[in-house]
Amino acid sequence: MTAIGDHAPTFALPDTEGTTHEPGDAPATVVVFTCNHCPYALAWHERIVELARDYADRGVRVLAINPNDAERYPRDSLQAMRARVRRGEFGGVPYLCDSSQDVARAYDAKTTPDVFVLDAGGLLRYRGAPDSDCDDPAQNAAYVRDALDAVLDGRDPDRPQTPPVGCSIKWKGLPVITQ
Amino acid sequence: MVVRVELLFWDGCPSHPRALDELRAAMVQEGLDPGTVVVREIHAQADATRERFVGSPTIRVDGVDVQSPVGEPFGLTCRVYHRRDGRVSPTPDPADVRDALAAARAATIQTD
Repeated sequence: MTAIGDHAPTFALPDTEGTTHEPGDAPATVVVFTCNHCPYALAWHERIVELARDYADRGVRVLAINPNDAERYPRDSLQAMRARVRRGEFGGVPYLCDSSQDVARAYDAKTTPDVFVLDAGGLLRYRGAPDSDCDDPAQNAAYVRDALDAVLDGRDPDRPQTPPVGCSIKWKGLPVITQ
Repeated sequence: MVVRVELLFWDGCPSHPRALDELRAAMVQEGLDPGTVVVREIHAQADATRERFVGSPTIRVDGVDVQSPVGEPFGLTCRVYHRRDGRVSPTPDPADVRDALAAARAATIQTD
């Protein structure tokens, strides 16, 4: 498991049109594990897209990754991902398919959403929920914004970690029974 | 007659405690005893199919879903609700819950 301050795992994943993306050398990178079928991911989604828009001029890169087993959850299929992107739901945020689930496993991602903020050196600086309440748009992904502001100002985030909140990641090969 | 209120949940989704709190608050507002809510856990896919469970949480008042699912498959998943303002939420709009309780209560009074 990657701890705060450790190097985050590198990866290269295809988006819904087949273009490969990787974290790269942006001043800060937000990696969001998300999906199509989870109400928590959907409720927070627009706040993530707005954050990407708001921080784009400061060079922040946002990458959304769907790690779910699409066989058991067809709403998380590549086709369904592509449809959302083509409807414009992601703004300019690449929506990447982690079909092997290797990246989610490397990050020890737990839920959709689960947010990781990396600094320019690829060090993990924040991990957790977007904000304190998916049902309150006024929260505005404050946890992630606070972490980004700190990283971009060269400070340590005041709140480097919060518990991720959302639907469990749908791992392949697991029986669909209660946890 | 008594209004039968049920909350069905799957433990893989974290929304049921909040849904239960909001349901009990709505029951109090509608003059119903919040202690009478029947809480049932759905453990496996077979249970979900048998109970026609489309996701967690599901709230039924006298057997009727507070936000009728349309074409949703039965299964162990978090349920997507839409609030009255259009926002997606893991829990039903409390106003929908209150309306369902009020309608059932009114029907019970007429029956009595």
